[in-house]
Amino acid sequence: MRTFFQLGFVRGLLGQVLGTLLGMGLVTGARAAFGYDPLWLAEPAWVIGGLLGTLGFMVGVGALTDWAKWAIGIDTPMHHGAPAGQPEWTRYFAVDLSHKVIGVQYTVWGIFVLLFGGFLATLFRVELMQPGMQYFTTDQYNTLISAHGIIMISAILLGVGGMINYLVPLMIGASDMAFPRLNAFGFWINVPASLLLITAMFVGGWDTGWTAYPPNSLRTALGGPLFFLGFYVIGISSIVGGLNLLVTVFTMRPASMSLFRMPIFVWAALGTSILQLLATQLVGLAMLMLIVERSLNMGFFTPVLNEAAKALNSPPGDPVLFQHLFWFYSHPAVYVFVLPGLGIISELLPVFARKPLFGYKWIALSSIGIAFLGFLVWAHHMFTSGMSNYLRLPFMYATLIIAVPTGVKFFSWLGTLWGGKLTYPTPMLFVLGAISVFLLGGLTGPPAATITTDLYLHDTYWVVGHFHQTFFGGFMFPFFAAMYYWFPKVTGRKYNEMLGKLHFWLMLSGFWVMSLGQIWAGLLGMRRRIADYDPALGVQNIQIAVTVAAYVIALAILIGLYNFIVSARSAEVAERNPWRSRSPEWQIPSPIPEHSFATPLAVVGEPYDYGLPGSVYVRMVPAGAGD
Amino acid sequence: MKHFLPVTVLVVVSTFLVAAGIDSLQLMPQNASLQGETVDWLFGLHFKLIAFLFSLVIVIMLYAVVVFRRRAGDEGEGVHFHGNSTLEVIWTVIPAIIVVFFGYIGTTTLISVTAAQPEEVAIEAVSRQWVWNFNYPDDGFSSEELYLPVGQPIRFDLKAMDVLHAFWVPEFRVKADAVPGRTNVLRITPNRIGEYKLVCAELCGTRHSYMMAPVKVVSREAYSAWVAQKVAEEAAKNTPEARGAALYISQGCKGCHSLDGSKVVGPTWKGLYGSPQAHTDGSTAIADDEYLYNSIVKPNLQVVAGYPANVMPQNYGELLTDDNINNIIAYIKTIK
Repeated sequence: MRTFFQLGFVRGLLGQVLGTLLGMGLVTGARAAFGYDPLWLAEPAWVIGGLLGTLGFMVGVGALTDWAKWAIGIDTPMHHGAPAGQPEWTRYFAVDLSHKVIGVQYTVWGIFVLLFGGFLATLFRVELMQPGMQYFTTDQYNTLISAHGIIMISAILLGVGGMINYLVPLMIGASDMAFPRLNAFGFWINVPASLLLITAMFVGGWDTGWTAYPPNSLRTALGGPLFFLGFYVIGISSIVGGLNLLVTVFTMRPASMSLFRMPIFVWAALGTSILQLLATQLVGLAMLMLIVERSLNMGFFTPVLNEAAKALNSPPGDPVLFQHLFWFYSHPAVYVFVLPGLGIISELLPVFARKPLFGYKWIALSSIGIAFLGFLVWAHHMFTSGMSNYLRLPFMYATLIIAVPTGVKFFSWLGTLWGGKLTYPTPMLFVLGAISVFLLGGLTGPPAATITTDLYLHDTYWVVGHFHQTFFGGFMFPFFAAMYYWFPKVTGRKYNEMLGKLHFWLMLSGFWVMSLGQIWAGLLGMRRRIADYDPALGVQNIQIAVTVAAYVIALAILIGLYNFIVSARSAEVAERNPWRSRSPEWQIPSPIPEHSFATPLAVVGEPYDYGLPGSVYVRMVPAGAGD
Repeated sequence: MKHFLPVTVLVVVSTFLVAAGIDSLQLMPQNASLQGETVDWLFGLHFKLIAFLFSLVIVIMLYAVVVFRRRAGDEGEGVHFHGNSTLEVIWTVIPAIIVVFFGYIGTTTLISVTAAQPEEVAIEAVSRQWVWNFNYPDDGFSSEELYLPVGQPIRFDLKAMDVLHAFWVPEFRVKADAVPGRTNVLRITPNRIGEYKLVCAELCGTRHSYMMAPVKVVSREAYSAWVAQKVAEEAAKNTPEARGAALYISQGCKGCHSLDGSKVVGPTWKGLYGSPQAHTDGSTAIADDEYLYNSIVKPNLQVVAGYPANVMPQNYGELLTDDNINNIIAYIKTIK
């Protein structure tokens, strides 16, 4: 019991409850003093409560403790291992500065959030099996799809954070991330954010989708502002995580590891981090503006002037302005989600093909090219918003050109397979599945990029199909490839190969059915985000197939998680390097010791020279051999 | 090079099979607009490219998966090569040319589907949660159904009164958002007679999925007949009785005179016309036109028994024209 209340996680939750009550109390007190109506549970009370609750969590969990000590001049040495006097497992429930612990925390919390978001999808998919409303009201349905969107996005960001935090320092031979405390802060702030999003569902929900377009988002129920706040807080995590990764990669590599000798996943992490660091602010700003417009009546986005605004002669607000701010982040966010996954594909293919990565520099630079172009395409989400042709056309060209660096990746992957000695354990199957699914996403993109055809496809199930292909091919399949591939390294145990393959084949077949069904329904005229559909559209059979396929995917993922949990507890001990990889993390023991590398790392060869006899990528500098 | 021929053959065969498969499916509802022909043509081009690129990648991948699999007992490594810059340049430049070509086609087709058409007719589509309304400014009426004459270029002026909505008839192919504070334009020339549904394509709240309106594309004769009927209905609305009903509300009569016989501040209008009236001074009269005219202009002249004097304003003679007063009397005659 004592141990329980000493867990940072539990203290954080208590802090969040206290902070929320404090914030609500302050606002309610102020409203009482000024005689505002309604007094209890007004929206500003929830917003300030949510904000102070987040702060309360961070204080309670201890993510701010070291910084507070620095501020008053107390030294805080790096602590390694479990909290003093506590068992080892408690590390994972507290602020811990090791990137390996933080990587696991990101991944596990990400999987919990993923399961919750997926659970929401299984609910509303049942509603869509027949026309009419059977199980939910339209408002509940709208809340479910809105929450599914943002919760899955937060799950993907957590999964990306997990892969990057765990792998990048190991791959570049660094002892840890550049800013370990910022790293812990960046993980833990996701927890109150997730709780805000879940709370938002139960205080009235919101019916704007995850895109939160005003004016609808200005009128939606109380869930709206809590969702804006949760989204905002998630963004803080992205910004500090991106900053930390960039500094780590640029300052903590061994001198012998030039940029073009880094493992290819590190390039993908660089691309992702540039986007996270530079684009997230705009969506944060957009969310803040929504909160302020609702709570303080400041008309950023409302086109209709109220009497007070007319008296001040202020110009009307513009709902389309919000869309520009929103998509300036939210399009690059797609590349934040998929670049690491594409990096996993490039990282694993040479290992299972036993030959060098085809066109290393081209793949590396294509990640940076995609990241750069990703900043220039946001308005392709707004082709029907009423922009002039002169404004629409440049975004169409920029969007189409992204196909070029993406194509370079595909062809280079094929070149890597060509002439290899291919084996197909579970991670390789997930990699090949990812390529096939991401290909679907790549092929359904161009018809939505050329404006003429997008005028038909915009806001239909075609788009729903397209972005699920992109996220499954660019994140979900590579994420599970990574989970199986590094499972022996993280846990020191073997996973069950048979269950792994079952997971793969169920998820692949389920996904193809779901995805082709979605794009077909879209072509037949099914709009996205509708709780009920017209039987005359003739899409009911497709909807049934999509629902069944969604359940198959859910089953596959549960089998995968069962495999991980059971294997981690009881399976046989894995070898140090079962995949015969050249990468640094496989040259050290599994599970990895507290100090990953006993001696510094020196790069002495190319990272992917599989098939070149006698060559190695890295070797450990013997102790006492100097720097 | 021994792989070149089988791979090429497989890619070609697969391309044709995938393209034929796409063609054989009923992918979209039948097109019903001039602009939609351009859209469908570009879709056809996209689907051919999709069939080729899908086959190219999937065939080569599956071919490699089968041909380059590790045989039992083989412990060797793959062929050692790091890439091929010529190939990389080729598969950078050729896709770049293809996407720029599609950009060019996208540009010309967009210009053609958004171009103003000769002799186009404007219709205002007004959206609000969760209904559509169509104003026909040339003929001065509005409708909840969208009637369109076949072959007539239409310019839709899209308006939104509350939140974002989007105007989409799948058979017309093109869509555009309706944005509060702006008037977005969408050009459609319907070219196939039939009944369709207009739907809202932008999430707009509780009843978004039900925000639809019937669309009827009819012959020019049927359209003229419908317009004539709507104009007549509009004219029918413009009777003295209808104008009187509007004045009943706008002039505040409603505040004191009920229509259902209940006693409010003043006497009810129900059954008033032609009925005998007893006054506080003991006199009686039949409520005819002249009586009602006097009651409105000089309310204290004849105060109905049971009601106080000096409650009804004395200045309706100045506020209302004689026409107004006659319209109100015509309206009172209808309240039975």
